[in-house]
Amino acid sequence: MMPRRTQFGSLEHYEKGGVEAINDDPRNYAFSNVFEVAAKAEPYEKIAVAKNLKYVLEAIRAEGVSPWYTASHDESAIVMDGQVEIRLIKLDSAAVPEEHEGTTMLEGTPKGRPMGRIVARRGHMALLPKGAAYQFSAARPGVVLLQSVAGDLTVERWKDICQK
Amino acid sequence: MATQSAAGVNDYGYRSFALGGFQFERDEYFARIAWPGGSHSMPVDLFLRAMIRDLAWSFFYGTVNFDSVFGTTNHYGNVDVFAGLYNNGYRSHNRHRVENFKSDDVKAVFEAILDDWTNERFDPFAAPQETGSAFGPKQGSNRAAITRKRLTARRMVGMKDDIPLRTDATGYTVNRQLADVEQDEPEVHAEPGFEDEVHAFNFFGYVSRSDVTWNPSVCAVVKDALICATTEEYMLPVIHGNDRVEWFVQLSDQIEWDVSDRETGEARARVVMKAGDVAAMPADIRHQGYSPKRSILLVWENNDASLPELYAKKRLKSNPVDF
Repeated sequence: MMPRRTQFGSLEHYEKGGVEAINDDPRNYAFSNVFEVAAKAEPYEKIAVAKNLKYVLEAIRAEGVSPWYTASHDESAIVMDGQVEIRLIKLDSAAVPEEHEGTTMLEGTPKGRPMGRIVARRGHMALLPKGAAYQFSAARPGVVLLQSVAGDLTVERWKDICQK
Repeated sequence: MATQSAAGVNDYGYRSFALGGFQFERDEYFARIAWPGGSHSMPVDLFLRAMIRDLAWSFFYGTVNFDSVFGTTNHYGNVDVFAGLYNNGYRSHNRHRVENFKSDDVKAVFEAILDDWTNERFDPFAAPQETGSAFGPKQGSNRAAITRKRLTARRMVGMKDDIPLRTDATGYTVNRQLADVEQDEPEVHAEPGFEDEVHAFNFFGYVSRSDVTWNPSVCAVVKDALICATTEEYMLPVIHGNDRVEWFVQLSDQIEWDVSDRETGEARARVVMKAGDVAAMPADIRHQGYSPKRSILLVWENNDASLPELYAKKRLKSNPVDF
């Protein structure tokens, strides 16, 4: 019997499906591919690939060292390709008010207590906890899929990334 | 009025049930549903596979069509049980029937049906190659298979006081068709005092150990946004009618979706998704998926309770983004 090999995508190799419209507009499905989006992105651009009212899934090309970020709510990061290190700092004081949603970029290295670090590879999910600052670093290009709320840094370029 | 029949069994050993005007019977091959002025038959394996998911999801978001005729629509506290409501032929000739019940009443009757009609060798959550037959006269029961609880993380799987990780020791072995999924854990280096906040886990590995198909479980939460994950093999045993937008991210392998109009069932699109693909399911469609190999799917939901009314009153557009 043939072994069943599981197919994952990567920046270097992905296959894309699509919408075969019968009586509909393909744009209703906002069809894209996270690897294709990340392959064409600048490092740490946060490009929405899914949006459900105020919530977003963002495709992020992880490459080099990112700025420090924080949010007033939890965020969840899935490494879709490569290896990504996440450094965490417990902020001495909240950098953003509770009602401010989405990811906020911080200037320089924030003040606070080191919480620890995570080294995550393909398929790993990490918590980016509310009230903490975090920084990504990746020696080689990788891809992160981030669950968050749409915010100041969210990039929406649906026309460029989706099937029309 | 919801009732359960406690009367004797039929020639095949199965009990019959009633829910308001709906009567439910099974024989060796078919579930038979009757109501004043109409009747319907379904292969009993399909019926049981649909029913267990309807129950596990607490009637889910929107409509769970067991097939093109029978199903339920969730109103979150009460449920419509219908025949032909979303079938153009039935509707255009006014042959449909719909009755509304308290959710708990439907749950009680459906649980009793599932318990009585599921034979000992049949697991309605399993892929067809992983389970015995649903057919034939009554042979025991499979309560362990039909009483699994849907897993719902409060914050993220694996955190303290949250849904635990899956391991061989807890009975969650890696699925035969996902045996090559890496099982390594991320490196987590937490400073003292932050052990409960610095958290990561092998998400793909966790999902590869799922013992059910087409049954999304909540893995990570941001307010009302829910990353749900599920392994899929063969065919989604229901046709899900959306009452809000949901999104799919294909994490491995391939699923093909047939998408139709939610109200009429008229075909609208076929969506082929490969690893890394992302697609929305609009709020006015129904969909059914086909996965030729066990695949990993991320289902992304918005659990905001106000959404069904906003979409129903067209205060929100059925498609998620305009471009």
